[in-house]
This record gives sequence, C-alpha cells and structure tokens, in this order.
Amino acid sequence: MRWAAGAAVALLLALPAFPSVFGSYAVTLFTLIFFYGFLGQSWNVVGGYAGQLSAGHAAFLGVGAYTAAVLSVELGVTPWIGMFAGGGLAAALGALVGYLGFRFGLRGFYFVLLTVALAEMCRIVAANTDAVGGALGYYITFTGNPRQFQFQDPRAYYYIALGLMLAATALVGWLAPRRFGVYLTAIREDERACEAAGVDTFRYKMLAMLLSAFLTGIGGTFYAFYLFSLQPNTVFGVPLSVEIIIRPIVGGAGTVLGPVVGSFILSPLAELSRHYFAQGGWHGAHLVAYGVLLIAVVLFLPDGAWPRLQRALHRRARPAA
Amino acid sequence: MAVGLSLIFGVMRVVNFAHGDLMVWGMYLAWVLATRGGVDPYASFIVCAAVLFVVGVAIQRGLVQRIVDAPHEMQILLMLGVALVLENTALLVFGPEPHRVRSSLAQSTVWLGPLFVDVARLITFGVAVALTALLSLFLFRTDIGRSIRAAADNTYGALVIGTDVRRVYAVAFGVGAACVGAAGALVAPLVPFQPPTGLQLSVASFNIVIIGGMGSLVGAFAGGLLVSVAESLGAVFLKPSLKELVSFSLLVLILLFRPAGIFGRRAP
Repeated sequence: MRWAAGAAVALLLALPAFPSVFGSYAVTLFTLIFFYGFLGQSWNVVGGYAGQLSAGHAAFLGVGAYTAAVLSVELGVTPWIGMFAGGGLAAALGALVGYLGFRFGLRGFYFVLLTVALAEMCRIVAANTDAVGGALGYYITFTGNPRQFQFQDPRAYYYIALGLMLAATALVGWLAPRRFGVYLTAIREDERACEAAGVDTFRYKMLAMLLSAFLTGIGGTFYAFYLFSLQPNTVFGVPLSVEIIIRPIVGGAGTVLGPVVGSFILSPLAELSRHYFAQGGWHGAHLVAYGVLLIAVVLFLPDGAWPRLQRALHRRARPAA
Repeated sequence: MAVGLSLIFGVMRVVNFAHGDLMVWGMYLAWVLATRGGVDPYASFIVCAAVLFVVGVAIQRGLVQRIVDAPHEMQILLMLGVALVLENTALLVFGPEPHRVRSSLAQSTVWLGPLFVDVARLITFGVAVALTALLSLFLFRTDIGRSIRAAADNTYGALVIGTDVRRVYAVAFGVGAACVGAAGALVAPLVPFQPPTGLQLSVASFNIVIIGGMGSLVGAFAGGLLVSVAESLGAVFLKPSLKELVSFSLLVLILLFRPAGIFGRRAP
C-alpha cells in the first residue's frame, strides 16, 4: 500500500507542474477533469454520503453561474466575491428543496423528481427573464482582467479548477470520519434507526444539502467565467445534472476519492466521445452511452470503481509485505 | 386531455423515470404507424400498448429483476439510466424536431350541449376513462391483479403463500408500460412531441400525484384537473411559456401547507 500512497502523492505533486509540459488541449482536458471532479465531490456530500439522490444539481450550478455573471457584468462586483453570493443563493435554493423534500419525507423517486422539477423551473424562469438574456442566454464580454475572474492564460483556469477539486476533496475527507460524515452515512444506511437513536436526521440532511448546493454554486462561477456564455437550456438542463452525478457514481459514491477517480475515468472519455459523435452529427449519442454506463455500473459495479481499486491494491500489497 | 393523462399516471403512480420516456416512444410508434402504414392513432394505440407491454416486461426481466434486493437508490439510478437511453435513442432516431400525428378525427369538432369540443379530445378522454376502469377491474377482480396488489403490499407475505413474485412484478411493469404506451398514442394527435417531452411528462405527472395526494384515485383526478386549469389560466394571464411555473408554485404551496395532498389521507 505504501508504494500506492507514494505514487498518489507523487501524482498530486506533479499535477501543478503539468501545464508547463503539456499542450493546450491537455490543459483544457485536465481543467475539465478537475472541474467535474469538484462538482462530483459537491454532489457526493448529499447524494453519496447522505444517500439523497439529487438529479437537479444543475439548478445550483446555474443559479451560482447567473448570480456571479450578472453581479460582475451589471454591477462590476468581482466574481471573487460574487462566487460566494452565487454559492449563498444556491444554498438558499438548496434549503428550499431540502425543506420541501425532507420535511415530508419525500423518498426515492419522489425526491429525485422534486429536484428535477426544481431545475426545470429554474430553466423556465431564466429563459423567460429578459434581464438575463432570456432563452438566448447571457453573455460575458471577455476583458482578460484577472480581478473579474477572466484570464488570458488557460493555465489559470487549470490551477483554479485543481484548487477547487483539492479543496472540496480535503473538506469531504475531513468531514467524513467526523460526526457529520458518520451521521450522513448512517442516514443513508438506515434512516429510521438513526431517528430512533436520537439523530436529528432532518437537520443533518439539510446541512448536507446546504453544503452541497453552496459548493456547486461556487462551481457555477467557474463555469460562467470559463465559458463566458450561459444558456438556460444548457446550464439548467438535465444533461448537466447527469454529468454531475455520473462521475461520483462511477467512481464510487460516498467515498472521499470516488468522485475524483470517476472524473479521471469519465471526463476524457466524455470529451473524446462528444467530439467524435458531434463530428458524425450524432447528437445525444453520448447521453445514450451515459445511460448504458449507468445501467452497467448499477448492475456490475454498484460500489463504484474506487472501492474496487482500493481492494485490488490491498490484495497486491499484502503478499509483498 | 390532461385529465385522462393524469388519470392513468395517477393510478399507476409515477413508478419510475422511464415512464415519461416510454410514453414518448408510444407517441413515436403511433407516428411511425401513421406515416408509414397509414394507421390512425385511434386504432394503433392497441398495438402501441402491446409493444410497450413487451418492452416493459423486458426491462423488468432483464434489468430491474437483477437488483431487486439492492438498495432503493440503485433502482432509481438504473431507471435514470434507462430513461437516458430511451430519450436519447429517440433523439438519435427521430431527430430533435417536434412531430405531430395527423388524424382525420383530430380536425373535427362537435357540439356537446353548450360546449364546443374536439372529437379527438373526447375520444382520448373516453378511452382514458375506459382504460382506468379496465385497469381497476384488472387489479381488483383478476387473480394476477390481486397478486400484484398483494406483492406491492407485502412482498414477503406474497412469497410465503406461494406467489410467483418475479412474474407478478414483470406483469405489473408491463401493464404500466402498456398503459403509458396507449396514452402516448392517444395523445400523439393532440400535442406536438419531441424527445425531451418524456421528462416534462414525468415531472408533470409527479406534480399531479403530489398535489392530488398519493395513492388516491379521486386525488389523481382532482390533481390533474387542478393542474391543467391552473396551467391554462397561467398561460392566459402570464406567458404561455411560464405555465409550468404555475403548477410548480402550486406544488410548493401544497407541500408547505398540506403535504399529504388534497385528497391524501395520511402523510406520504
């Protein structure tokens, strides 16, 4: 195990040095890997640990993105502050959906559909609000001003995305063995037993939702200022929610490194397949692939890739030791 | 039309995500039959129901059955995967443009007392009511129907008294799929549809079920009526594109003040 840990640390130390070695396409690819790793980690808090499957996380991302973008363009508020405003608004939205869903014990499909409905409503509101560009979308003029979260150099985005992913992973890793993380896992495994044992399950599920929504909202700022345009159908769409949840599920939901591993596996594949399918005019094909992948993971690898990988590493390490 | 639709959805409950997408496949099937074979959707809905019954049984047997003992989340994820595959396969095959099935009946109208009604809507409504009646007859009067209810109520108990629960599940899933398939074919001449319609249908039916009250027949009917009236009013007084917002606000209000739904007897 020691060599594996060493390799992981070495990789981690090497990541900041990569941009100076790699070409621009690799930098973009890694930026996406980190960014989706970060989003997956944010989802992991409520979807993985607490077991409350939200299929509407795009709503939080979109709210964060629109908030930071509008604050920056209309009022000149720097997104470095705006991202927290976006995160806050996303958390407020998370509080609403959490309150509605958890207070009445909406479970299973009903909770999932509530989150989907919420994202759909956000999409409709954004598409009908002319102040944020309506259905055409909202555009940010590129100025290249770092104080407005705009960078000439794509490597800046690389480092920010890397920082986001590492920070979220560290946060989840720090929380997981503590009371908060243990309670969430317990709620996922058996909510009634938790209540019987005196855990305020509503409170912990709400906290998980708030934290998850807040982080995703911050991710929204990155999204807005990486792409410079926000379309309601894309930002609040179901495909984005699916992008967010599929990585932690493939990697291993409810584990600290699952979302990161999932993103390293899936993001390059997603990029390649999207590129390839789009060339052939096969729109939607990559979502079919996601659906098949989701089914396959549920049937054959329900714990995700990371726990399996961990076990394989353990097995290998034992005879050596 | 919305009432008939919600009736079917309400009685079956929203069993899974894929139902909306299965319904869209029912619509496309009716469209293919109408354009290629010249079959009127009011005749082909039986074919659609039969085909989707088979599809439903196949999904249940091939996928859901394998993880029937796994945690509930896994089944949700599985159905999410199925829904993604269904919706985007439709996108690949039929393209993103909205389609509409032409039916000679859809253009004609009739005076019903003081009301001016589309024949098509009338038929859809009638068939929906008939299907619901058939469904409840099936569930309450036949052996397999009773077994379905028994298995839903207490799987273990049903197993103990010798019910083939696997077969029962497969049939239940198939019947659910057949119902939405028939509904899809019937609705196809009335509304234009495209691949993402499936999701909207799932969300809409979820609204109706929550607002009306889970597991209540009257509730499903009243919820459907309330939602469709509220949406129509919203479309008139606000903007047509904002009508879904009205039903969502209604949903939030109901969840805040009467979480069991209007006709629900106990909290969900």
